Amino acid sequence: MSLEARVGVELGAFSLDVAVDAAPGETVVLLGPNGAGKTTALRVIAGLLALEVGRVAIDGEVLDEPSSETWIPTERRPIGYVFQDHALFPHLSALDNVAFGLRARGVRRREADRQAQEWLERVGVAGSAQARPRSLSGGQAQRVALARALVLEPRVLLLDEPLAALDATARVDTRRELRRHLDRHAGARVVVTHDPVDAMTLGDRVIVIEAGRMVQAGRLAELRERPRSRYVADLVGVNLYRGTADGPHIRLADGGALVAATDARGDVFAVVHPRAVALHRRAPEGTPRNVLAGMVDHLDVEGDRVRVIVAGAVPVTAEVTPAAVAELELSAGAPVWASIKATEVSVYPA
Amino acid sequence: MRRPTRTRLSPPIEILAALAIVFFAVPVVGLLQRAPWSDLADDLTDPVVRDALWLSLVCSLGATGLAFVLGLPLAWVLARAHVPGRRVVRALVLLPMVLPPVVGGVALLLAFGRRGLVGQYLDQWFGIRLPFTTGGAILAEAFVAMPFFVIVVEAGLRSLDRRYEDAAATLGARRLTTFRRVVLPLIAPSLVAGAALTWARALGEFGATILFAGNLEGETQTMPLAIFVELQTNLGGAIALSLVLLAVSVVVLVSLRERWFPA
Repeated sequence: MSLEARVGVELGAFSLDVAVDAAPGETVVLLGPNGAGKTTALRVIAGLLALEVGRVAIDGEVLDEPSSETWIPTERRPIGYVFQDHALFPHLSALDNVAFGLRARGVRRREADRQAQEWLERVGVAGSAQARPRSLSGGQAQRVALARALVLEPRVLLLDEPLAALDATARVDTRRELRRHLDRHAGARVVVTHDPVDAMTLGDRVIVIEAGRMVQAGRLAELRERPRSRYVADLVGVNLYRGTADGPHIRLADGGALVAATDARGDVFAVVHPRAVALHRRAPEGTPRNVLAGMVDHLDVEGDRVRVIVAGAVPVTAEVTPAAVAELELSAGAPVWASIKATEVSVYPA
Repeated sequence: MRRPTRTRLSPPIEILAALAIVFFAVPVVGLLQRAPWSDLADDLTDPVVRDALWLSLVCSLGATGLAFVLGLPLAWVLARAHVPGRRVVRALVLLPMVLPPVVGGVALLLAFGRRGLVGQYLDQWFGIRLPFTTGGAILAEAFVAMPFFVIVVEAGLRSLDRRYEDAAATLGARRLTTFRRVVLPLIAPSLVAGAALTWARALGEFGATILFAGNLEGETQTMPLAIFVELQTNLGGAIALSLVLLAVSVVVLVSLRERWFPA
């Protein structure tokens, strides 16, 4: 029950070329900004869009391969698809929505209804079995959509922004529950999202897509430690720099320099966690090897922490306590110095 | 000067607008005031009138049925398939809506008449003769009325969210199952509206019918044809039939008002 897909499509000026592989029991998250091509990749895997280059195979069975003219239509693919906004049939009750796939596959009405009812119970919406989609809440509709896909026991389950249509409260509960249902599904799962929290909660592995290309893949912890693009760095909330290293010295591509504790050569990324950045109202003295002069651009409050975005020759974000903000009288436009110990600058090849 | 309490346009425009309203209203009033209300039952049970009523019902429903059988697939193709020359096909479908029905009748005769392009083979090979038969009347009505069905249903299909069809496919439904269980129920309002318009148009069809199917009592003499004949001999019957058609029109108008004439 594994998925193996290399997706190449040209849509006007947009081109998509990514590889998506998922093992049985594994959830792979396609993470990327809007318009990156994540949904297009899902549609290709489902057969709602034809490939131009590449190959889609499930358990070694080829479903779409232009080079060998192989094409299996959507309705004969062993996939389940949970659409963004759910796409529940508005003229059918929740029960009939879930029973639809079974009926289309020739299961008798009574048996189809029984299995559908069982799945509605499993996802916790049995009480709304006779309700039409429009009278369901966002969370309920999401569960019905999930049940509708899972009742067919697909070998590969595709979910397009499964939580995007929900409000903040429903999101937290539904996310946790969705993870539970995904874990019980024996096949491979591919989830599309632009939300790093969804990616973290639902995914075992993340593939980051930007502008139709894979920019990074791996476990989320790896992304956090070694982001390879501005988008990923922003997602995981770290400072990312790119430059040329010569021993511990790094000349940054956008101007300025950093000093690290380790030696490196050539094109590198350097990451600094905002917690490792100290702020001062006067030029600091002492051991920090990196002192960056700048001006507070703005402040973001995040829980019990404040992120201070400092603009300067080398822009940097620092994470400090509200008490420190008050003490240093930090506000937009205030001149400030940021210091970073060389040991806090982590360097890896680009 | 007094403050105007509502928007006033210039008096000449208002007078002309009022004339237009009168122009539309007077014929309806004229018909209603001459209605032989007390003799209506007798007029409607007159054999000629009764035959025309029954035949009109058969022919208009037949034409509407034909619109369903042929027009629905056509609307589907126009809305969804990437056929070459789709614009030409659509123009061809729309043509009967603007073509004078009499011309339609001539064209039908030249195509399906006993010496016609197709008609001669229908006669030779299958022994089917359409002109001057009830089948011919149905054909004439369908030719003129089916475009209404195709246009309305195509618009309904176009406004249908494609994701429902995508969802059905991912659930293992073949195209035909999807069409039957998802598309048809979702475009039901368009089907009803299209059928009502088609039926109303077919019911009132005159020109193409009389040319292609003739005016045979009990065979091809539908209500409009009967009105034309009765007007000269039996005014009461003509008015009674006219009232029936007026009533049908009003019912169709009222039942479709929310779809076509939002306040």
